[in-house]
Amino acid sequence: MSKTVQYIFDNDNLKKSEPSKYQEEDLKSEEMLVNIGPQHPSTHGVLRLEVITSGELVVEVVPHIGYLHRCFEKHAENLPYNQIIPFVDRLDYLASMNSEHAYVMGVEKMLGIGEQVPKRVEYIRVLVAELNRLASHFVALGSYAMDIGAVTAFFWMLRDREHIVRLLEWVSGARMLYNYMWVGGLFYDLPVGFEERCEEFIAYLSPKLIELDRLVIENKIFVDRTANVGVLPLDLAINYGITGPMLRGSGLKYDLRKVDAYSVYPEIDFDVPVGTGQMGSLGDCWDRTWVRAQECKESVRIIAQCLTQLKGEYRRTRDFDPRALVPKKIRPKAQDLYARAENPKGETGFFFRADGRSDIPFRCKARGASFSNLSIINDLSKGGLIADLIAVIGSIDIVLGEVDR
Amino acid sequence: MRADELINYVRSSDHLHFEMEEVAQSSPSCIKVSQVNLLEFMLFLHSDEALYYDSLSCITGIDNGPDSGLIEVVYNLYSIPHNTHLMVKVDLDRARPIVPSVYSIWKAADWHEREAFDLLGIQFEGHPDLRRLLMPADWEGHPLRKDYQEQNYYRGIKVKYE
Repeated sequence: MSKTVQYIFDNDNLKKSEPSKYQEEDLKSEEMLVNIGPQHPSTHGVLRLEVITSGELVVEVVPHIGYLHRCFEKHAENLPYNQIIPFVDRLDYLASMNSEHAYVMGVEKMLGIGEQVPKRVEYIRVLVAELNRLASHFVALGSYAMDIGAVTAFFWMLRDREHIVRLLEWVSGARMLYNYMWVGGLFYDLPVGFEERCEEFIAYLSPKLIELDRLVIENKIFVDRTANVGVLPLDLAINYGITGPMLRGSGLKYDLRKVDAYSVYPEIDFDVPVGTGQMGSLGDCWDRTWVRAQECKESVRIIAQCLTQLKGEYRRTRDFDPRALVPKKIRPKAQDLYARAENPKGETGFFFRADGRSDIPFRCKARGASFSNLSIINDLSKGGLIADLIAVIGSIDIVLGEVDR
Repeated sequence: MRADELINYVRSSDHLHFEMEEVAQSSPSCIKVSQVNLLEFMLFLHSDEALYYDSLSCITGIDNGPDSGLIEVVYNLYSIPHNTHLMVKVDLDRARPIVPSVYSIWKAADWHEREAFDLLGIQFEGHPDLRRLLMPADWEGHPLRKDYQEQNYYRGIKVKYE
Protein backbone atom coordinates (compact mmCIF):
# COMPACT_ATOMS: atom_id res chain seq x y z
CA MET A 1 0.00 0.00 0.00
CA SER A 2 1.42 3.34 -0.95
CA LYS A 3 1.72 5.91 1.75
CA THR A 4 -0.29 9.05 0.98
CA VAL A 5 1.63 12.28 0.97
CA GLN A 6 0.11 14.70 3.47
CA TYR A 7 2.38 17.70 3.18
CA ILE A 8 5.15 18.48 0.76
CA PHE A 9 7.89 20.11 2.75
CA ASP A 10 10.10 22.71 1.24
CA ASN A 11 12.44 25.14 2.93
CA ASP A 12 10.84 28.10 1.17
CA ASN A 13 7.24 27.19 2.06
CA LEU A 14 7.00 29.69 4.90
CA LYS A 15 8.51 32.47 2.81
CA LYS A 16 5.95 31.82 0.10
CA SER A 17 2.85 31.47 2.23
CA GLU A 18 3.49 33.97 5.04
CA PRO A 19 6.23 36.29 3.81
CA SER A 20 7.57 38.83 6.25
CA LYS A 21 6.89 42.41 5.35
CA TYR A 22 10.48 43.38 6.08
CA GLN A 23 13.55 41.55 4.85
CA GLU A 24 17.04 41.55 6.31
CA GLU A 25 18.26 44.09 3.78
CA ASP A 26 15.52 46.60 4.74
CA LEU A 27 16.80 46.87 8.29
CA LYS A 28 19.18 49.49 9.63
CA SER A 29 22.46 48.37 11.16
CA GLU A 30 21.30 48.12 14.79
CA GLU A 31 17.92 46.62 14.02
CA MET A 32 16.88 43.00 14.28
CA LEU A 33 13.80 41.10 13.13
CA VAL A 34 12.18 38.94 15.80
CA ASN A 35 9.21 36.69 15.17
CA ILE A 36 6.89 36.23 18.14
CA GLY A 37 4.38 33.46 17.60
CA PRO A 38 2.32 31.96 16.04
CA GLN A 39 2.79 29.40 18.81
CA HIS A 40 3.61 31.54 21.81
CA PRO A 41 1.59 31.64 25.02
CA SER A 42 1.62 35.42 25.34
CA THR A 43 0.02 35.93 21.93
CA HIS A 44 -3.18 34.33 23.27
CA GLY A 45 -3.58 31.92 20.40
CA VAL A 46 -2.10 31.71 16.96
CA LEU A 47 -0.99 35.25 16.25
CA ARG A 48 2.33 35.94 14.61
CA LEU A 49 4.02 39.24 15.32
CA GLU A 50 6.88 40.34 13.15
CA VAL A 51 8.76 42.71 15.41
CA ILE A 52 11.56 45.00 14.31
CA THR A 53 13.67 45.72 17.35
CA SER A 54 16.49 48.04 18.03
CA GLY A 55 18.12 46.73 21.17
CA GLU A 56 15.25 46.38 23.61
CA LEU A 57 13.05 48.89 21.83
CA VAL A 58 10.26 48.00 19.45
CA VAL A 59 10.60 49.88 16.17
CA GLU A 60 7.64 48.32 14.39
CA VAL A 61 5.18 45.50 14.85
CA VAL A 62 3.59 43.79 11.85
CA PRO A 63 0.86 41.37 12.87
CA HIS A 64 0.23 38.34 10.68
CA ILE A 65 -3.15 36.74 11.22
CA GLY A 66 -5.18 34.06 9.52
CA TYR A 67 -3.80 30.98 11.25
CA LEU A 68 -7.23 30.19 12.69
CA HIS A 69 -9.26 31.14 9.62
CA ARG A 70 -12.17 28.72 9.43
CA CYS A 71 -14.10 30.26 6.53
CA PHE A 72 -17.10 31.37 8.61
CA GLU A 73 -18.41 33.60 5.85
CA LYS A 74 -18.13 30.92 3.19
CA HIS A 75 -19.88 28.41 5.44
CA ALA A 76 -22.60 30.94 6.20
CA GLU A 77 -23.33 31.31 2.49
CA ASN A 78 -24.24 27.63 2.36
CA LEU A 79 -26.28 27.17 5.52
CA PRO A 80 -29.78 28.15 6.65
CA TYR A 81 -29.93 30.92 9.24
CA ASN A 82 -30.60 28.67 12.22
CA GLN A 83 -27.74 26.33 11.36
CA ILE A 84 -25.25 29.20 11.36
CA ILE A 85 -25.67 29.71 15.12
CA PRO A 86 -23.17 26.94 16.06
CA PHE A 87 -20.63 28.61 13.75
CA VAL A 88 -21.30 31.95 15.43
CA ASP A 89 -20.41 30.28 18.75
CA ARG A 90 -17.00 29.48 17.40
CA LEU A 91 -16.13 33.07 16.47
CA ASP A 92 -15.53 34.43 19.93
CA TYR A 93 -15.37 31.11 21.71
CA LEU A 94 -14.90 32.66 25.13
CA ALA A 95 -18.17 34.61 24.87
CA SER A 96 -20.42 32.50 22.69
CA MET A 97 -23.63 33.63 24.33
CA ASN A 98 -22.91 37.26 23.54
CA SER A 99 -22.18 36.55 19.88
CA GLU A 100 -25.30 34.41 19.64
CA HIS A 101 -27.29 37.27 21.12
CA ALA A 102 -26.04 39.67 18.45
CA TYR A 103 -26.67 37.22 15.63
CA VAL A 104 -30.12 36.17 16.82
CA MET A 105 -31.22 39.77 17.27
CA GLY A 106 -30.12 40.55 13.74
CA VAL A 107 -32.09 37.68 12.19
CA GLU A 108 -35.14 38.49 14.32
CA LYS A 109 -34.98 42.08 13.15
CA MET A 110 -34.91 40.90 9.54
CA LEU A 111 -37.94 38.72 10.12
CA GLY A 112 -39.71 41.52 11.97
CA ILE A 113 -40.32 39.44 15.10
CA GLY A 114 -37.80 41.24 17.27
CA GLU A 115 -40.49 43.04 19.25
CA GLN A 116 -42.59 39.96 19.90
CA VAL A 117 -39.96 37.88 21.69
CA PRO A 118 -41.32 37.17 25.19
CA LYS A 119 -39.83 39.15 28.07
CA ARG A 120 -38.86 36.00 29.92
CA VAL A 121 -36.82 34.85 26.93
CA GLU A 122 -35.11 38.24 26.77
CA TYR A 123 -34.28 38.19 30.47
CA ILE A 124 -32.84 34.69 30.21
CA ARG A 125 -30.77 35.81 27.22
CA VAL A 126 -29.38 38.77 29.11
CA LEU A 127 -28.74 36.58 32.16
CA VAL A 128 -26.69 33.98 30.30
CA ALA A 129 -24.95 36.63 28.19
CA GLU A 130 -23.82 38.47 31.31
CA LEU A 131 -22.65 35.22 32.92
CA ASN A 132 -20.65 34.63 29.78
CA ARG A 133 -19.30 38.18 29.90
CA LEU A 134 -18.02 37.46 33.40
CA ALA A 135 -16.38 34.24 32.20
CA SER A 136 -14.74 36.05 29.29
CA HIS A 137 -13.42 38.86 31.48
CA PHE A 138 -12.09 36.30 33.96
CA VAL A 139 -10.02 34.67 31.26
CA ALA A 140 -8.88 38.09 30.05
CA LEU A 141 -7.84 39.28 33.51
CA GLY A 142 -6.34 35.98 34.61
CA SER A 143 -4.28 35.41 31.49
CA TYR A 144 -3.20 39.04 31.44
CA ALA A 145 -1.89 38.76 34.98
CA MET A 146 -0.08 35.58 33.96
CA ASP A 147 1.48 37.25 30.92
CA ILE A 148 2.90 39.85 33.25
CA GLY A 149 4.15 37.32 35.77
CA ALA A 150 1.44 36.79 38.38
CA VAL A 151 0.38 33.16 38.12
CA THR A 152 -1.91 33.05 41.15
CA ALA A 153 -4.56 35.25 39.60
CA PHE A 154 -4.89 32.91 36.62
CA PHE A 155 -5.75 29.97 38.85
CA TRP A 156 -8.17 32.02 40.93
CA MET A 157 -9.95 33.43 37.92
CA LEU A 158 -10.24 30.06 36.22
CA ARG A 159 -11.55 28.54 39.43
CA ASP A 160 -14.37 31.08 39.46
CA ARG A 161 -14.91 30.74 35.72
CA GLU A 162 -15.40 27.02 36.23
CA HIS A 163 -18.54 27.76 38.29
CA ILE A 164 -19.96 29.85 35.43
CA VAL A 165 -19.05 27.27 32.83
CA ARG A 166 -20.84 24.59 34.85
CA LEU A 167 -23.89 26.79 35.28
CA LEU A 168 -24.02 27.35 31.55
CA GLU A 169 -23.49 23.64 30.94
CA TRP A 170 -26.51 23.00 33.09
CA VAL A 171 -28.50 25.46 30.99
CA SER A 172 -27.42 24.42 27.53
CA GLY A 173 -25.58 21.12 27.72
CA ALA A 174 -22.23 22.50 26.60
CA ARG A 175 -19.40 24.19 28.44
CA MET A 176 -18.24 26.67 25.86
CA LEU A 177 -20.10 26.43 22.56
CA TYR A 178 -23.72 26.54 23.55
CA ASN A 179 -26.10 26.87 20.59
CA TYR A 180 -28.57 27.97 23.25
CA MET A 181 -30.23 31.03 21.76
CA TRP A 182 -32.41 30.30 18.79
CA VAL A 183 -33.97 32.68 16.34
CA GLY A 184 -37.21 33.68 18.06
CA GLY A 185 -36.53 32.00 21.37
CA LEU A 186 -34.33 29.61 23.26
CA PHE A 187 -33.36 25.97 23.06
CA TYR A 188 -34.82 25.26 26.50
CA ASP A 189 -36.19 27.13 29.45
CA LEU A 190 -33.86 27.49 32.43
CA PRO A 191 -33.52 24.23 34.38
CA VAL A 192 -35.53 24.03 37.59
CA GLY A 193 -33.54 25.43 40.49
CA PHE A 194 -31.18 27.43 38.29
CA GLU A 195 -32.20 30.80 39.69
CA GLU A 196 -31.45 29.73 43.26
CA ARG A 197 -28.15 28.16 42.33
CA CYS A 198 -27.20 31.27 40.36
CA GLU A 199 -28.02 33.48 43.35
CA GLU A 200 -25.75 31.37 45.51
CA PHE A 201 -23.03 31.82 42.94
CA ILE A 202 -23.47 35.61 42.90
CA ALA A 203 -23.22 35.69 46.68
CA TYR A 204 -20.04 33.64 46.44
CA LEU A 205 -18.56 35.77 43.66
CA SER A 206 -18.97 39.29 45.02
CA PRO A 207 -16.21 39.03 47.66
CA LYS A 208 -13.99 37.30 45.12
CA LEU A 209 -14.13 40.37 42.90
CA ILE A 210 -12.86 42.51 45.76
CA GLU A 211 -10.16 39.91 46.22
CA LEU A 212 -9.29 40.30 42.53
CA ASP A 213 -8.92 44.05 42.97
CA ARG A 214 -6.52 43.55 45.85
CA LEU A 215 -4.58 40.72 44.24
CA VAL A 216 -4.12 42.17 40.77
CA ILE A 217 -5.59 45.54 39.96
CA GLU A 218 -4.22 47.51 42.91
CA ASN A 219 -1.10 45.42 43.21
CA LYS A 220 1.98 47.67 43.17
CA ILE A 221 3.92 45.41 40.83
CA PHE A 222 0.96 45.17 38.45
CA VAL A 223 0.45 48.93 38.46
CA ASP A 224 4.14 49.55 37.80
CA ARG A 225 4.04 47.13 34.92
CA THR A 226 0.90 48.49 33.21
CA ALA A 227 0.49 52.19 34.08
CA ASN A 228 1.73 54.54 31.35
CA VAL A 229 2.26 51.57 29.05
CA GLY A 230 0.53 51.36 25.67
CA VAL A 231 -1.27 54.68 25.98
CA LEU A 232 -4.18 54.90 23.54
CA PRO A 233 -5.46 58.42 22.83
CA LEU A 234 -9.21 58.63 22.34
CA ASP A 235 -9.21 60.17 18.85
CA LEU A 236 -6.92 57.45 17.55
CA ALA A 237 -9.09 54.80 19.18
CA ILE A 238 -12.23 56.06 17.45
CA ASN A 239 -10.43 56.39 14.13
CA TYR A 240 -9.30 52.79 14.36
CA GLY A 241 -12.80 51.56 15.15
CA ILE A 242 -11.80 50.40 18.62
CA THR A 243 -14.75 49.39 20.79
CA GLY A 244 -15.53 47.81 24.12
CA PRO A 245 -13.38 48.07 27.26
CA MET A 246 -10.48 49.39 25.18
CA LEU A 247 -12.48 52.40 24.03
CA ARG A 248 -13.92 52.95 27.50
CA GLY A 249 -10.43 52.65 28.96
CA SER A 250 -9.54 55.69 26.85
CA GLY A 251 -12.25 57.65 28.60
CA LEU A 252 -15.31 57.53 26.36
CA LYS A 253 -18.56 56.38 27.94
CA TYR A 254 -19.72 54.35 24.97
CA ASP A 255 -21.45 51.07 25.63
CA LEU A 256 -23.83 49.64 23.04
CA ARG A 257 -26.01 48.22 25.82
CA LYS A 258 -26.75 51.85 26.70
CA VAL A 259 -26.38 53.48 23.26
CA ASP A 260 -28.51 51.04 21.28
CA ALA A 261 -30.57 50.01 24.31
CA TYR A 262 -31.28 46.61 22.83
CA SER A 263 -33.04 43.67 24.48
CA VAL A 264 -34.07 44.42 28.09
CA TYR A 265 -30.98 46.45 28.96
CA PRO A 266 -32.97 49.72 29.22
CA GLU A 267 -34.97 48.16 32.06
CA ILE A 268 -31.85 47.25 33.98
CA ASP A 269 -29.87 49.59 36.17
CA PHE A 270 -26.12 49.47 35.63
CA ASP A 271 -23.19 51.82 35.22
CA VAL A 272 -20.63 52.08 32.47
CA PRO A 273 -17.17 52.36 33.99
CA VAL A 274 -14.68 54.49 32.08
CA GLY A 275 -10.96 54.94 32.50
CA THR A 276 -9.75 58.11 34.18
CA GLY A 277 -6.00 57.74 34.14
CA GLN A 278 -5.99 57.02 37.87
CA MET A 279 -2.59 55.32 38.01
CA GLY A 280 -0.84 56.88 35.04
CA SER A 281 -2.12 58.44 31.86
CA LEU A 282 -5.57 58.06 30.40
CA GLY A 283 -5.94 55.05 28.13
CA ASP A 284 -3.00 53.01 29.36
CA CYS A 285 -3.01 49.25 29.91
CA TRP A 286 -3.98 49.66 33.54
CA ASP A 287 -7.09 51.67 32.65
CA ARG A 288 -8.27 48.99 30.24
CA THR A 289 -7.76 46.28 32.82
CA TRP A 290 -9.47 48.31 35.50
CA VAL A 291 -12.49 48.86 33.23
CA ARG A 292 -12.75 45.08 32.76
CA ALA A 293 -12.60 44.45 36.48
CA GLN A 294 -15.29 47.06 37.11
CA GLU A 295 -17.47 45.61 34.37
CA CYS A 296 -17.42 42.30 36.21
CA LYS A 297 -19.09 44.04 39.15
CA GLU A 298 -21.66 45.64 36.86
CA SER A 299 -22.39 42.26 35.30
CA VAL A 300 -23.04 40.86 38.75
CA ARG A 301 -25.54 43.67 39.31
CA ILE A 302 -27.26 42.91 36.00
CA ILE A 303 -27.43 39.21 36.78
CA ALA A 304 -28.97 39.91 40.19
CA GLN A 305 -31.67 42.09 38.61
CA CYS A 306 -32.39 39.50 35.92
CA LEU A 307 -32.81 36.85 38.59
CA THR A 308 -35.23 39.04 40.52
CA GLN A 309 -37.32 39.49 37.38
CA LEU A 310 -37.11 35.82 36.47
CA LYS A 311 -38.34 34.85 39.91
CA GLY A 312 -40.90 37.64 40.09
CA GLU A 313 -42.81 39.14 37.22
CA TYR A 314 -41.55 36.79 34.50
CA ARG A 315 -41.36 33.63 36.56
CA ARG A 316 -41.47 30.14 35.21
CA THR A 317 -44.93 28.88 34.32
CA ARG A 318 -46.05 25.45 33.31
CA ASP A 319 -47.23 26.44 29.84
CA PHE A 320 -44.31 28.72 28.94
CA ASP A 321 -42.66 27.55 25.77
CA PRO A 322 -39.37 29.27 24.88
CA ARG A 323 -39.64 27.88 21.35
CA ALA A 324 -43.15 29.16 20.72
CA LEU A 325 -41.98 31.90 18.38
CA VAL A 326 -39.20 29.92 16.68
CA PRO A 327 -40.11 30.00 12.97
CA LYS A 328 -40.33 26.71 11.10
CA LYS A 329 -38.75 28.33 8.11
CA ILE A 330 -36.56 31.40 8.29
CA ARG A 331 -36.99 33.31 5.06
CA PRO A 332 -36.52 37.07 5.49
CA LYS A 333 -37.57 39.58 2.86
CA ALA A 334 -34.90 40.83 0.50
CA GLN A 335 -32.87 43.38 2.44
CA ASP A 336 -29.52 44.49 3.82
CA LEU A 337 -29.14 44.67 7.55
CA TYR A 338 -26.35 45.41 9.96
CA ALA A 339 -26.93 44.30 13.55
CA ARG A 340 -24.52 44.90 16.39
CA ALA A 341 -24.27 44.20 20.09
CA GLU A 342 -21.84 44.72 22.92
CA ASN A 343 -19.56 41.75 23.40
CA PRO A 344 -17.05 41.51 26.24
CA LYS A 345 -14.42 42.54 23.70
CA GLY A 346 -16.41 45.27 22.00
CA GLU A 347 -18.82 45.68 19.14
CA THR A 348 -19.76 42.44 17.41
CA GLY A 349 -21.67 43.07 14.24
CA PHE A 350 -23.28 40.98 11.57
CA PHE A 351 -24.01 42.23 8.10
CA PHE A 352 -26.71 40.26 6.32
CA ARG A 353 -27.85 40.34 2.74
CA ALA A 354 -31.03 38.36 2.24
CA ASP A 355 -32.28 37.76 -1.28
CA GLY A 356 -35.83 36.95 -0.22
CA ARG A 357 -35.93 33.68 -2.14
CA SER A 358 -34.03 31.30 0.12
CA ASP A 359 -33.42 30.29 3.74
CA ILE A 360 -29.74 30.88 3.24
CA PRO A 361 -28.16 34.32 3.57
CA PHE A 362 -26.73 35.63 0.33
CA ARG A 363 -23.91 37.17 2.34
CA CYS A 364 -23.22 37.12 6.05
CA LYS A 365 -20.26 39.09 7.23
CA ALA A 366 -19.07 39.00 10.82
CA ARG A 367 -17.36 42.03 12.26
CA GLY A 368 -15.27 40.85 15.18
CA ALA A 369 -14.40 43.24 17.96
CA SER A 370 -10.96 41.72 18.44
CA PHE A 371 -10.29 42.12 14.72
CA SER A 372 -10.50 45.90 14.84
CA ASN A 373 -8.96 46.11 18.30
CA LEU A 374 -5.89 44.17 17.25
CA SER A 375 -5.24 46.30 14.18
CA ILE A 376 -3.97 49.14 16.36
CA ILE A 377 -1.17 47.12 17.96
CA ASN A 378 1.60 48.79 15.96
CA ASP A 379 0.62 52.27 17.12
CA LEU A 380 0.28 51.10 20.72
CA SER A 381 3.62 49.37 21.09
CA LYS A 382 5.87 51.40 18.80
CA GLY A 383 8.76 52.91 20.70
CA GLY A 384 8.19 50.81 23.81
CA LEU A 385 10.09 47.88 25.23
CA ILE A 386 9.61 44.31 24.02
CA ALA A 387 8.36 43.41 27.49
CA ASP A 388 5.74 46.16 27.17
CA LEU A 389 4.62 44.69 23.86
CA ILE A 390 3.52 41.60 25.79
CA ALA A 391 1.68 43.83 28.25
CA VAL A 392 -0.07 45.58 25.35
CA ILE A 393 -1.20 42.34 23.66
CA GLY A 394 -2.70 41.12 26.93
CA SER A 395 -4.51 44.38 27.56
CA ILE A 396 -6.18 44.28 24.13
CA ASP A 397 -7.83 40.97 25.10
CA ILE A 398 -7.94 39.27 21.73
CA VAL A 399 -9.57 36.00 20.87
CA LEU A 400 -8.02 34.73 17.68
CA GLY A 401 -11.17 32.85 16.75
CA GLU A 402 -12.83 36.21 16.27
CA VAL A 403 -9.85 37.86 14.60
CA ASP A 404 -9.51 35.20 11.92
CA ARG A 405 -13.13 34.01 11.78
CA MET B 1 -31.05 61.71 10.12
CA ARG B 2 -32.72 59.48 7.54
CA ALA B 3 -31.17 58.78 4.16
CA ASP B 4 -33.45 61.09 2.15
CA GLU B 5 -32.90 63.92 4.63
CA LEU B 6 -29.20 63.31 4.44
CA ILE B 7 -29.23 63.40 0.65
CA ASN B 8 -31.08 66.71 0.76
CA TYR B 9 -28.62 68.03 3.31
CA VAL B 10 -25.63 66.98 1.22
CA ARG B 11 -27.20 68.50 -1.91
CA SER B 12 -27.78 71.78 -0.12
CA SER B 13 -24.10 72.08 0.69
CA ASP B 14 -22.16 73.97 -1.92
CA HIS B 15 -19.49 71.71 -3.15
CA LEU B 16 -20.97 68.25 -3.66
CA HIS B 17 -22.85 67.82 -6.91
CA PHE B 18 -23.12 64.24 -7.96
CA GLU B 19 -25.64 61.44 -8.17
CA MET B 20 -26.76 59.94 -4.89
CA GLU B 21 -29.43 57.35 -4.57
CA GLU B 22 -31.27 56.01 -1.58
CA VAL B 23 -31.29 52.23 -1.42
CA ALA B 24 -34.57 50.74 -0.28
CA GLN B 25 -34.90 47.81 2.12
CA SER B 26 -31.87 48.38 4.22
CA SER B 27 -31.32 49.01 7.88
CA PRO B 28 -29.67 51.34 8.77
CA SER B 29 -30.61 53.47 5.78
CA CYS B 30 -28.29 53.27 2.84
CA ILE B 31 -27.00 55.67 0.21
CA LYS B 32 -25.46 54.55 -3.06
CA VAL B 33 -22.79 56.67 -4.69
CA SER B 34 -20.57 56.12 -7.66
CA GLN B 35 -17.03 54.96 -6.98
CA VAL B 36 -15.60 58.07 -8.61
CA ASN B 37 -17.23 60.25 -5.95
CA LEU B 38 -16.83 57.91 -3.01
CA LEU B 39 -13.77 59.47 -1.43
CA GLU B 40 -15.13 63.01 -1.68
CA PHE B 41 -18.48 61.90 -0.21
CA MET B 42 -16.82 60.00 2.64
CA LEU B 43 -14.59 62.96 3.46
CA PHE B 44 -17.67 65.15 3.66
CA LEU B 45 -19.47 62.66 5.92
CA HIS B 46 -16.45 62.52 8.19
CA SER B 47 -15.65 66.20 8.40
CA ASP B 48 -19.04 67.95 8.28
CA GLU B 49 -20.01 69.01 11.79
CA ALA B 50 -23.69 68.18 11.50
CA LEU B 51 -22.94 64.66 10.24
CA TYR B 52 -19.56 63.77 11.73
CA TYR B 53 -19.42 60.05 11.02
CA ASP B 54 -16.29 59.46 13.02
CA SER B 55 -16.39 55.69 13.29
CA LEU B 56 -16.19 53.11 10.54
CA SER B 57 -17.53 49.84 11.88
CA CYS B 58 -17.41 47.46 9.02
CA ILE B 59 -16.63 47.13 5.33
CA THR B 60 -18.39 44.32 3.51
CA GLY B 61 -17.67 43.18 0.00
CA ILE B 62 -20.47 41.35 -1.77
CA ASP B 63 -20.07 39.40 -4.98
CA ASN B 64 -23.27 39.11 -6.97
CA GLY B 65 -22.04 36.36 -9.23
CA PRO B 66 -20.85 36.26 -12.83
CA ASP B 67 -24.34 36.75 -14.27
CA SER B 68 -24.86 40.20 -12.80
CA GLY B 69 -21.24 41.26 -13.25
CA LEU B 70 -21.45 43.33 -10.09
CA ILE B 71 -19.42 43.54 -6.90
CA GLU B 72 -20.69 45.77 -4.12
CA VAL B 73 -18.84 47.33 -1.23
CA VAL B 74 -20.86 48.38 1.79
CA TYR B 75 -19.52 50.72 4.46
CA ASN B 76 -21.15 50.91 7.90
CA LEU B 77 -20.60 54.31 9.46
CA TYR B 78 -21.47 55.49 12.93
CA SER B 79 -21.43 58.92 14.43
CA ILE B 80 -20.64 58.63 18.12
CA PRO B 81 -21.58 62.22 19.16
CA HIS B 82 -24.83 62.30 17.13
CA ASN B 83 -25.66 58.63 17.64
CA THR B 84 -26.60 58.12 14.00
CA HIS B 85 -25.67 55.37 11.61
CA LEU B 86 -25.50 55.10 7.87
CA MET B 87 -24.63 52.59 5.18
CA VAL B 88 -22.83 53.72 2.06
CA LYS B 89 -22.73 51.47 -0.95
CA VAL B 90 -20.75 51.45 -4.18
CA ASP B 91 -21.24 49.18 -7.18
CA LEU B 92 -18.16 47.96 -8.97
CA ASP B 93 -17.53 46.23 -12.23
CA ARG B 94 -16.85 42.57 -11.46
CA ALA B 95 -14.15 42.30 -14.09
CA ARG B 96 -12.20 45.27 -12.75
CA PRO B 97 -13.27 45.94 -9.15
CA ILE B 98 -11.32 49.05 -8.24
CA VAL B 99 -12.44 51.46 -5.53
CA PRO B 100 -10.59 54.29 -3.74
CA SER B 101 -9.36 53.37 -0.28
CA VAL B 102 -10.82 55.23 2.69
CA TYR B 103 -7.76 54.49 4.80
CA SER B 104 -6.80 58.15 4.70
CA ILE B 105 -10.06 58.98 6.54
CA TRP B 106 -10.55 56.04 8.89
CA LYS B 107 -7.60 53.89 9.83
CA ALA B 108 -10.12 51.18 10.71
CA ALA B 109 -10.38 50.58 6.97
CA ASP B 110 -6.88 49.13 6.89
CA TRP B 111 -7.66 45.53 7.80
CA HIS B 112 -11.24 45.55 6.51
CA GLU B 113 -10.00 46.53 3.06
CA ARG B 114 -7.21 44.00 3.16
CA GLU B 115 -9.77 41.34 4.05
CA ALA B 116 -12.05 42.35 1.16
CA PHE B 117 -9.06 42.31 -1.17
CA ASP B 118 -8.09 38.88 0.09
CA LEU B 119 -11.48 37.20 -0.06
CA LEU B 120 -13.09 39.01 -3.01
CA GLY B 121 -10.23 40.47 -5.00
CA ILE B 122 -11.35 44.08 -4.72
CA GLN B 123 -8.53 46.51 -5.43
CA PHE B 124 -8.44 49.44 -3.02
CA GLU B 125 -6.59 52.26 -4.71
CA GLY B 126 -4.38 54.22 -2.35
CA HIS B 127 -4.22 51.61 0.39
CA PRO B 128 -0.70 51.72 1.78
CA ASP B 129 -0.18 48.01 2.30
CA LEU B 130 -2.63 45.88 0.34
CA ARG B 131 -1.53 42.31 1.08
CA ARG B 132 -3.55 39.18 1.72
CA LEU B 133 -4.73 39.11 5.31
CA LEU B 134 -6.36 35.78 6.13
CA MET B 135 -5.32 33.41 3.34
CA PRO B 136 -1.72 32.39 2.61
CA ALA B 137 0.05 34.78 0.24
CA ASP B 138 0.39 32.16 -2.49
CA TRP B 139 -3.24 31.01 -2.40
CA GLU B 140 -5.00 30.95 -5.75
CA GLY B 141 -8.25 32.80 -6.28
CA HIS B 142 -10.58 34.74 -4.02
CA PRO B 143 -12.77 32.38 -1.93
CA LEU B 144 -15.85 34.57 -1.47
CA ARG B 145 -16.44 35.01 -5.19
CA LYS B 146 -19.57 33.12 -6.09
CA ASP B 147 -17.85 31.20 -8.90
CA TYR B 148 -14.77 30.35 -6.83
CA GLN B 149 -13.25 26.95 -7.47
CA GLU B 150 -10.78 25.80 -4.85
CA GLN B 151 -7.44 24.50 -6.03
CA ASN B 152 -7.06 20.73 -5.85
CA TYR B 153 -3.90 20.58 -3.78
CA TYR B 154 -2.01 23.03 -1.60
CA ARG B 155 1.48 21.76 -0.75
CA GLY B 156 0.28 18.20 -1.27
CA ILE B 157 -2.69 18.70 1.09
CA LYS B 158 -6.00 17.92 -0.53
CA VAL B 159 -8.11 21.08 -0.39
CA LYS B 160 -11.54 19.95 -1.46
CA TYR B 161 -13.46 18.24 1.28
CA GLU B 162 -15.42 15.21 0.16
